Order: sequence, then structure tokens, then C-alpha cells
Amino acid sequence: MHLLVCGGTGCRASESNLIVESLKRELEEKGLSSEVQVIMTGCFGFCEKGPVVKVMPDNTFYVQVKPEDAAVIVAEHVIKGRPVQRLLYVDPKSKEHITDSKHMGFYRKQIRIALRNCGFINPENIEEYIARDGYAALGKCISELSAADVIDIIKKSGLRGRGGAGFPTGLKWEIASKNKADQKYVVCNADEGDPGAFMDRSVLEGDPHSVLEAMAICGYAIGASKGLIYIRAEYPLAIQRLKIALGQAREYGLLGKNILGGEFSFDIELRYGAGAFVCGEETALIHSMEGHRGEPTNKPPFPAESGFLGKPTNVNNVETFASVPVIINKGWEWFSSIGTEKSKGTKVFALAGKINNVGLIEVPMGTTLREIIFEIGGGIKNGKKFKAVQTGGPSGGCLTENHLDIPIDFDNLAAAGSIMGSGGMIVMDEDDCMVSIAKFFLEFTVEESCGKCAPCRIGNKRVHELLTHITKGNGTLADLDRLRNMCNVIKDTSLCGLGQTSPNPVLSTMDNFMDEYVAHVTEKRCPSGQCRDLMKYTIDVEKCVGCTACARGCPVNAITGERKGPHFIDQEKCIKCGACFEKCKFGAVLIN
Amino acid sequence: MEKLKSLADLKKIREDAREKLDLRVKGDNPGGLVLVKVAMATCGIASGAKPIMEFFVEELDKRGIGAVVTQTGCMGYCYAEPTVEVQLPGREPVVYGFVDRKRADEIIEKYIKNGELVEGIIPVNYEKID
Repeated sequence: MHLLVCGGTGCRASESNLIVESLKRELEEKGLSSEVQVIMTGCFGFCEKGPVVKVMPDNTFYVQVKPEDAAVIVAEHVIKGRPVQRLLYVDPKSKEHITDSKHMGFYRKQIRIALRNCGFINPENIEEYIARDGYAALGKCISELSAADVIDIIKKSGLRGRGGAGFPTGLKWEIASKNKADQKYVVCNADEGDPGAFMDRSVLEGDPHSVLEAMAICGYAIGASKGLIYIRAEYPLAIQRLKIALGQAREYGLLGKNILGGEFSFDIELRYGAGAFVCGEETALIHSMEGHRGEPTNKPPFPAESGFLGKPTNVNNVETFASVPVIINKGWEWFSSIGTEKSKGTKVFALAGKINNVGLIEVPMGTTLREIIFEIGGGIKNGKKFKAVQTGGPSGGCLTENHLDIPIDFDNLAAAGSIMGSGGMIVMDEDDCMVSIAKFFLEFTVEESCGKCAPCRIGNKRVHELLTHITKGNGTLADLDRLRNMCNVIKDTSLCGLGQTSPNPVLSTMDNFMDEYVAHVTEKRCPSGQCRDLMKYTIDVEKCVGCTACARGCPVNAITGERKGPHFIDQEKCIKCGACFEKCKFGAVLIN
Repeated sequence: MEKLKSLADLKKIREDAREKLDLRVKGDNPGGLVLVKVAMATCGIASGAKPIMEFFVEELDKRGIGAVVTQTGCMGYCYAEPTVEVQLPGREPVVYGFVDRKRADEIIEKYIKNGELVEGIIPVNYEKID
């Protein structure tokens, strides 16, 4: 028998290490320590009801356990084999005590559809993929279903593009299928570029065949025989695994001429991108694949009409493709039963920033930010206070505590002033300055703007300058109005998605954290203490004992004062390095 | 490998491959092998998964334990890389995080040899779809 005690940050904070000790002591006293082991584990993802203790092999799950409960767990459960009722989880709906953790709702918080094989199969072995029903969906399509049937299934499933905009995938396929041409193309957009996002890379590295299979299914549905994967060159492992997968699929006759001995032929080539953010925009991506500059063009014409080399082209994101084979195998009814009314299925998120369990998660649409951050993500690092979460990368916005309980889907996030985007989620705590965060994202957009249209090229540069101005303490209230105006103009007049969404980080932080902007311009103060130019170091003459430690540590000789007398900092000379603050043993150096 | 000519061919391969996978993990099979999967995506490799995988391959062989060591993709626990999943015959798989050489050695000696769990377990917190 094993007793597993959660050692996640949340549970540790509520003394789970003491639970381990008392359990061990109880077992020792009863002479059971050789038969029952106590093990501290990683986070169970159930921090809300922590500390948790799980008894194996019977899967009993105890919640909110205190060190004093160790005696009763050992006496009742370990010795007599009776679960301790009062420590069991109570289902909030049925009010029943749940003994077996497999019946607890919280396991359903994460459902892995796009990540179904990630971390489960060997990505370099096609047979492991086939054993997990791989290529069965393609087989079913080409032998049992017509192209129209396939499109119908995808349409009814309610699958929407996972790259960011959330366009209905089935509709996209239908438009491409209706356009007549001698050659059509299927393109997989693997140009993942949001800072902090790594979902697509993980899918390609962990389950490349699911994308290949889905592209072939799409080819069958829209009448294309060629596929292209546009992947950034800085994903070498994903490229290597894709190449292996392509080779194996061809060898098995699952790609190439006459797939599975039938009429349908389809093959895929790789195209490498140099890592420009704008190339994730589908028209820019197509131009880049054609060998031109990666610049977007006006839509219409949409790629479905005139795309790669002027032919009808269907572009979908990696995660969208990875969901397709399962939908064919398990049916659209199954897929559309998961999620919210307008956003079906699951979404993969890359959790990053000031969160304990940095990693990849996949949750049904409609899960709340609170569940993701505080339960699955294990809460904020070092017990700090949650401040904001940035979703959707440079095109997204910052959401606050007020938004923690909205069910996440494409429409709700848009209504809250952010976007779903590709699924990057950067968590910020009380130490982050929201003006600096907005500046960081603008820096990224300025760097990545292709320069084709003026609002994005010039406007974002000016917005970035204004933000820098504010963080240096030179801003005025009028600047804030100017900032908002400029952002709105950029949004309305830019050519492509990059420019149209680039002011979002500024606008959403202005909407939600206006007080911080105001503090920067009126009081010349950064509430989080991040903007160096607004920091001012002074010495409290009452506390200063004149030890001279600060003066000796100052690299620019800005501190003067007699030994055993009070010291002073010359603000003109001070470079705000903080050396004096660290040196002072008496807490006499103040930051404000 | 000969090209698959029909859906029936694909189904046959699927059954064979499933059997092979099942054989490894079936409890009632006395010759059941231990299955060790090392997460080898960019995050895992960057945190040192490659030498850990080599360690398992060499040490399991040296210590005469019948095991299959394979690589797999990202399990999603990037904060705890390198991550390794160990499945003993007839048992549910267990994922271990922060696996360095010391912990890998402990996993072999305690868990694989005697079935005693060791520290570093990452509990499953998601639902599988099949």
C-alpha cells in the first residue's frame, strides 16, 4: 500500500510536509512502515481542496487533510480498510462522498484530444501511431465517405481554427472544395510565433503523424493532391520528426500515389520559414512559400480562391489538423458534445510566466481562467498575488481578476477585450508593471511589423515611443489620450491581422489598469517598482548610523556623508542600481 | 516494408502493433516487460533527457532487467523535466518528474525491482479519450 501526499507548492504551503511526517510516525508506531510507504508527489492539480492525500491502490482521495488526521487515516483506512468519510471529497452537485478519485469531476478538467498521443507514443514509430487508431480516419474517409461527407462531418463538429481567429474549419474546407482548379493545395501553418507559445511545436514533436493524416483527409475533402507544411527553421527537432514521419508514411503507402490501393493520391513537402512573426498570417505565409517577401496582401481574394501559386489553397493550423482524425473516428456528435455553444472541443494552452506548473494543458472550451491558473496550473509562484493573465500573445490582451470566472471560448475572450489566439497564456503577479508589459509587446510588434502599411509601421513605432516616454516619467495625461487615439487608428486602418491587433496589449492594459498609467504620468511613480527611471533611492537620516557601507558600494560615488553621521544620495548622480539598498544592514535606504 | 494496399491491410497492422504494445504491459503475461518512456521533446532534451534515457538503457541492461526504453513527446509537465513514465507489468503507468541520475537509479532499484514508489511522482490530472 502507498500513501501519496501532494507536494505541490499550494499543498506544501498548507503543511503537507508535516502530514508526511505524522503519517510516517503513525505507521512506525503501529509497526507498518515496511508495508506501507509514504511518498510525496508533484502537484495533483487540486490545490483548491489541498492538501490532498491519495491512497493507492484503492484510489481513495482525501482532501483538506491536516497533520492531526494522520492517526485516523492509519487506524481506520490502513488497518481496518475503511475510508475516512469526513475527509472524502464531496461532489458539489450530488453532495455525495466520493471514494474513488476516478469518479471525481476534476479529472475531466483536462481532456486530451489534440495531445492524445503526445507523451504516449514514440513519435518516430508509425506503428505505435497506427496502434492508436492512426490513419484509420484517412482509411475510413477514402473508402467509405465522399468528400462532401467529410466536409459535412467537420462542419457539424463545430471545429474552429486553432491558430487564433477561430474561423469555422468545415466552412473553410467547403469554400476551397467548391473552387474549381487543376491543382489545389493543403497548407499546414506551423509558423508558431507568439512569445511563450509552444503548443504546435509539442504536437509536431510528439505526434507528427496526426497532422500528416489530417492534411491528407483535408486533401481528399477539397480535392487537393499536394500538401505543404510551413514550419519555422528554429524548430529543428519538429522538422526532424516530421521528416521521419513523412518517410514512414510513404513507405507504408499512407502518403503518395494511390493511398491504401485506392484512387486518392496525396503527398506533403516541408517549407521552412525564417521565423518572421507576420508569416503566420496566411497570405504572408503563402508569399513566403512562393519565394517572395513575407508580406500580407488584401483579402479578398481569400487563399481558398487564389492562394499558393494562384491556386485554391486551404490553410489550417497544426492544432486544428491534430483534432481532425479523432473527429472522423469518434464522430462529430462526440466532439460537439464537448465545449460551449459556439466553441466546440478542447483547446491546448501553453502556461508560462509566474505560475507554478509551467507546461502544456488541454481543457474543454468553457473552462474558466481560475480553473486553469489556480487548479491545473497550481497557482502563482512564491505565493504572490495574481495580477493579470495575458492571452493571445502580441495580438491579445491582459485580463484581470474580474475575468477569472468567465468560461473561456473564442467569443467570451473577445468580449473581454482579449483573444483566444493560438493559446499562449502568460501569468503575471503583483510585481509586474502593466505599462512595461504593454511596452514589451509593442517592442515585439515594432520588430516584427513587415513595414508594408503605414499605420502598423509608423504607428506602432510611435506608440512604443510614447510608452517609453511614460515609463521614463516624462508622460502627461494628454499623452494617455493620444496613446488611446493612436491605438484605435492603427486598429482600424492596418492591412493585416498583425497591425489590426497589435494595439490590444496597450488598450487592454489601459482599460483594466488605468490607475497604473495615471500613477506613471501624474505622480511619476511605478506602483510595482519595475520602472527604473521612476525609482528614487533616499536615506532615512533617523535610521542611518553612518557605517559608510552604502557609500563604499556606490559605483558612481553619489553618496556623501561623514563616518558616524547621516548620509545623503545625490539624485543627479544616482543611476538607480540598488547597490546601496542591498548593502545597508539597517534598512535606512528607502525606495519610492 | 511493402505498401499497404487496402483498409484491411491497415487494420491488420493495427492489430499486430496493438498486440505488441499489449504484450509489454499485460499483467497476466509472466514474461511482461517493464516499459520506460522518456519525454523527449525540446523541453525535455534541453533539461537533460538524453543522458537520462541512455542511463536507463545501459543500467537496465547491466542489472539484467527486461525492459523496453522508448522516447515519446512532451507529456505537458515542462516545469518538471526531464519526465519519465514507468509502467510495470499489470500496473497503471507512473510518471516521475525532475529525473536526474540519482532519481533514475532510485526508480530502477526501488520501483522497477520492488514496486516501491519513490519521490517525484506527477499525478495524472487529465482524462484520456479512449
